[in-house]
Amino acid sequence: MANADLKANRPLSPHLQVYRLILTMLMSILHRITGAGLYFGTVLVAFWLVAAASGPEYYEFANAVFGSWFGRLVLFGFTWALMHHMLGGLRHFIWDMGRGFKLEAANWMAKATIIGSVSLTILLWIIGYMVR
Amino acid sequence: MTDMRTPLGRVRGLGSAKDGTMHFWRQRVTAVANVFLITFFVFLIISLQGADYQTFVATMQNPLISVLMLLVILVGCYHMKLGMQVIIEDYVHSEGMKLMALMGNIFFSSFIALASAVAVLKISFGG
Ligand code: HEM
Repeated sequence: MANADLKANRPLSPHLQVYRLILTMLMSILHRITGAGLYFGTVLVAFWLVAAASGPEYYEFANAVFGSWFGRLVLFGFTWALMHHMLGGLRHFIWDMGRGFKLEAANWMAKATIIGSVSLTILLWIIGYMVR
Repeated sequence: MTDMRTPLGRVRGLGSAKDGTMHFWRQRVTAVANVFLITFFVFLIISLQGADYQTFVATMQNPLISVLMLLVILVGCYHMKLGMQVIIEDYVHSEGMKLMALMGNIFFSSFIALASAVAVLKISFGG
């Protein structure tokens, strides 16, 4: 359909805004948002490694940046995004094997993802502060 | 090796994206690998916090750790490149913008991957 009039005012099917937000929808979009957040967050990983490869002064500088209260806040968010995206990924694996599509199962997994990601993040930070 | 498939057999399943289920499959393979690699990465970061430069370098010079770090970087960046491609294809519809975004995605992912990998290699080969 090379000459289809794509810009025409054609009727559209109802989109996101007409539906009441439910947990499974929220988890779906959060998987995408955390994926995209991690994508740009890799700049921090590259910055850290390149600084460390540039010598002790740059390594100390990167550590100071990440150790500041703002740096820690960002890393805390990074940790949550990683944990949330990872658990969301595990959920995808279950679906890929053809399981977990029933309403109760999907709802249960959505709850497990958000509770799990928040708990894992807090747990990792507790471990982090304990082994310091 | 001679391809014994018929033209129909070859094209079947490729669909409109022209690469069949390959993109999906690679996204899953890298995702499964990431579960292990990211777990390793998180624990490495926790154990390295507050480490002085000597300790950091000594850790990164462990061959197992540098190889795992390279895997974290390369597999992670390939996974995120595949993922961002899907996001772009979903939301950017004008042909020109889409091409730009798809290219930008490849440039960004490659740059992050190589910058990080070269840094790890430089450290592990001794600064
Ligand atoms: C920790 C282990 C990880 C697992 C298990 C995982 C799993 C997945 C899966 C299964 C998908 C496909 C979702 C779909 O088909 O709708 C996906 C998408 C994606 N992942 Fe990951 N991933 C992981 C780590 C990462 C990391 C470290 C990054 C970025 C640096 C990342 C970035 C993305 C992006 C941008 C997408 C596309 C999101 C979308 O299409 O909605 N992932 N991930």
